[in-house]
Amino acid sequence: MVAAPLGAVAWSAGGLRLSPADLAALRFTLTQAVLSALVSVLLAVPVARALARRRFPGRGVLITLMGAPFLLPVIVAVLGLVAVFGRAGWLNGALALAGLPRVDVYGLQGVVLAHVFLNLPLATRMILQGWQAIPAERFRLAESLSFGPAQMARYLERPMLAEVVPGALATVFAVCLTSFAVALVLGGGPGATTLELAIYQAVRFEFDLGHAAGLALVQTALGGAAALAAWRMARAAGFGAGLQMAPALRGPAGWRRAADALAIALAAGFLLLPLGALLIRGLPGLLQLPDMVWLAAARSIAVALLSTAVTITAALILALAVARGGPRWLDLAAALPLATSGLVLGTGLFLIVQPVMAPTRLALPVTILVNALLALPFVFRLLLPEARALEAGYGRLAGSLGLSGAARLRLLTLPRLARPIGFAAGLAAALSMGDLGVIALFAAEQGATLPLVVQRLMGAYRTDAAAGASLLLVGLSFALFWAFDAGGRRAAA
Amino acid sequence: MQGDAVLQLDRVELAQPGFRLTADWSVPKGARVALIGPSGAGKSSLLSAIAGFFPPVGGHVLWDGSALDGLAPGERPLSILFQDQNLFPHLTVAQNVGMGLRTDLRLSADQTARVTAALARVGLAGLESRRPAELSGGQQGRAALARVLLRARPLLLLDEPFAALGPALKTQMLDLLGDVAGETDATVLMVTHDPADARRFAGLTVLVEGGTAHAPAPTEALFTAPPPELAAYLGAT
Amino acid sequence: MRPPFLAATVVFLAASAATAETPVLTVLTYDSFVSEWGPGPAVEKAFEETCGCDLRFVAAGDGAALLSRLKLEGAASEADVVLGLDTNLVAEATATGLFAPHGQPAAAALPVAWDDPLFLPYDWGWFAFVYDKTRLTAPPASFEALAASDVKIVIQDPRSSTPGLGLLMWVKAAYGDRAPEIWKGLADNIVTVTPGWSESYGLFLQGEADMVLSYTTSPAYHRIAEKDDSKDWAPFSEGHSLQVEVSGVLAASDQPDLARAFVAFTQTPGFQSVIPETNWMYPASETALPEGFETARPEKSLLMTADEARAARDGALAEWQAALAQ
Repeated sequence: MVAAPLGAVAWSAGGLRLSPADLAALRFTLTQAVLSALVSVLLAVPVARALARRRFPGRGVLITLMGAPFLLPVIVAVLGLVAVFGRAGWLNGALALAGLPRVDVYGLQGVVLAHVFLNLPLATRMILQGWQAIPAERFRLAESLSFGPAQMARYLERPMLAEVVPGALATVFAVCLTSFAVALVLGGGPGATTLELAIYQAVRFEFDLGHAAGLALVQTALGGAAALAAWRMARAAGFGAGLQMAPALRGPAGWRRAADALAIALAAGFLLLPLGALLIRGLPGLLQLPDMVWLAAARSIAVALLSTAVTITAALILALAVARGGPRWLDLAAALPLATSGLVLGTGLFLIVQPVMAPTRLALPVTILVNALLALPFVFRLLLPEARALEAGYGRLAGSLGLSGAARLRLLTLPRLARPIGFAAGLAAALSMGDLGVIALFAAEQGATLPLVVQRLMGAYRTDAAAGASLLLVGLSFALFWAFDAGGRRAAA
Repeated sequence: MQGDAVLQLDRVELAQPGFRLTADWSVPKGARVALIGPSGAGKSSLLSAIAGFFPPVGGHVLWDGSALDGLAPGERPLSILFQDQNLFPHLTVAQNVGMGLRTDLRLSADQTARVTAALARVGLAGLESRRPAELSGGQQGRAALARVLLRARPLLLLDEPFAALGPALKTQMLDLLGDVAGETDATVLMVTHDPADARRFAGLTVLVEGGTAHAPAPTEALFTAPPPELAAYLGAT
Repeated sequence: MRPPFLAATVVFLAASAATAETPVLTVLTYDSFVSEWGPGPAVEKAFEETCGCDLRFVAAGDGAALLSRLKLEGAASEADVVLGLDTNLVAEATATGLFAPHGQPAAAALPVAWDDPLFLPYDWGWFAFVYDKTRLTAPPASFEALAASDVKIVIQDPRSSTPGLGLLMWVKAAYGDRAPEIWKGLADNIVTVTPGWSESYGLFLQGEADMVLSYTTSPAYHRIAEKDDSKDWAPFSEGHSLQVEVSGVLAASDQPDLARAFVAFTQTPGFQSVIPETNWMYPASETALPEGFETARPEKSLLMTADEARAARDGALAEWQAALAQ
């Protein structure tokens, strides 16, 4: 699915050459992606630990809300960040009042800031899952041996982190590889040219499809390399199966309690303030939304639901196949779309579709397909460990009873995986809602999705209506996410 | 030996890194065989191979004269109980037991009645709608046996499913197991590390050690005059 | 079940046969043209009243996206007319060989002479830096003054945006070989470079920069649609670059007569009268401008010919990248 569009672009004009400008773009792309991945994951560890070992009212809601930035359409997120950290933002306003120098958000630091904002929730969630996957029995054993925080870290937490962190690093790295709008808006100038922008330039400015395909291949190869490196680095922590999940960890007292509180407060502030800014900006616009916004919203929801169904089906098939000892390349195949250029994917599909029928007729099906494809790596990653645990725990029993096919799906796989499927479906739906992606390449007069309408409103000076529509988009994405996530948890209960 | 050979291990050879085991013998119909031997000798692996989870690198497992090669575990004429996780935790006791009749659980009224009867037979009447986590260890074992009863396969493999139970409870379970096997005419292979289990339940015993699963021998005779390998194992326990 | 299904099929086939009798004219244009707030809906209504056809718009990003879409599709394109290329892209579009002559006289109301057998202008505007009069009282009056000031601007990337490309050509047209020097001087004024016009304009409205690269007609939107007179554009002494937007007939069209009729229609009041307040550009034929649309005009217009623009483009981009990439 990834290879075909890439190949179609490459086919239309073969050849791979990298100019000095491409190499500069490659360098900047790698720098910002590495920095973004390191900072996101380094910050995610204390936040995830604090969330894992503390219980407080509203914890569940906070964890869910903190996931929101990952679901935001990029340009909406950037405007929210600028409202807080920009030259005329809240932070600089406060600094000026205090007589302190301004901070400048534009430049590499801004790119990393935005990527951390977008990816900290994902990294936190991945690492938090690692903590929760340590069976309660191990913690009980640790307590019975009166482990202090240092021993706890050495024998339980570090082995777990060694297993989880490489995957989180690789994922954030791959996401940041394809950064385009964030890097450009906050990067401050052409010095912040990423590979994706170079691809844009090759397709639109030079119309050199071979060059574009070459750059896209480099980008995808980097993502693939990151995925491979993550496997090699990740060590199975070998905690084994336990009967009890979600242990009620007893957090250490003293300064560590204060540090945990600080980590949670800072992360919540960092992630929620820009959301608050979007809310304030968007509320007035909500009242004056044209009818077509609501139509587009309905269309977006339909696209999101369909692409979610496609993604979940494909990811479940892949995850179960890998969990049952299927070939390892399936794993790599599922990771590839992460680092694939949306523009090249869209252009490739366009080239494939166009000889057969008018691309505009297929705008929505293609959007559904591409959205499904782009969400696949995340959904696969979320389902794989659970599918493995399911196979390890109950594969033999199901095999011995001859439980297979639809009955196995209905009676074993779906009920046992309801929670991760719910979470992953929520993620896929929200990602699809927010994705502008290829619809812009294929869109006809009608058939615009909500992100496209937001862009059209912004392009027609309708800033207030655009802010309102963005808020609607964020609200709907979040509602979809919440509905699936809660549904999954209820089905699992 | 009594009766005709029904389960035959024809030069079966198992291999994994650091592990090798051969078995070349047969078991008569209706026999109850204990597999005994040191930890890591390969008792469970042999059971897994017979059940179809672990393909042998050589030889064949035959049932009633025909090789089971390539048959999926669920298609083999056997039921198996593992050390743990014999019940699906998200299904009710009745659903778990019902899987012995139809794995898709589309049971007729008659089949539902048989599930109820099987549960009553193992002493779990009235617990149909409980989840496994709401049962004691002994009750979980009984539920698994009720499913074995309904599956009514002619070979029953047990990989120490009752090892975690106390002595009195384990005795009860072995007796119940004996009844279930008797009612379904099953041939039984049971892994154990406790000679008392073997003497109580099994007429034949297979000693697994040193890379070989020795041919079954009458249990009483074996324990009364143990060969040196068995003596070493018993001494070590 | 079968008879109703068959009946439905027959009805469906009959319906599609009925629509097939009405000729369909497909116009490939940029995204903001077809949106509810763009000229698209009114233009479609006006043209369909006279043409006896079904006018369909297909949208593809912006002007540059149009061209790359055309190159992707080649002669197999379902489009009959392309509407929305600008003068910086015309030479490139001509070179594709995909266009046929439109057969119309030159547009009447352009500030400079511009005639092309393949492309007919339908609207135009001057690029300009727009500022908020309440925040900036004395805007710079030239690129050099801007470079010397500490006024902060936000601009668009020429690689992904048509106004961004327009600014690149503006500086090139005004300064020629001195362009790199001007860009170096501007480097510390540029807050950031955005992928498209809407992001920069959004940042400007949010107060992130004092001025934004846009059009002399942008303040008119705020004045007319929002009753807000706080925005204005800064006249530059070098003159202001023009953006001229054109339409053209595709040679491979299966409705060539309709296609030419549509391009002719772009010069009539039915099309031109909606342009000022939907596209926020100047109409290309003599049309009365709405109240408050224009407060002043630049004294000097700059416009490279299509061939000059094409020849200068790649070099200008390289200079721009080199000057700003530190």
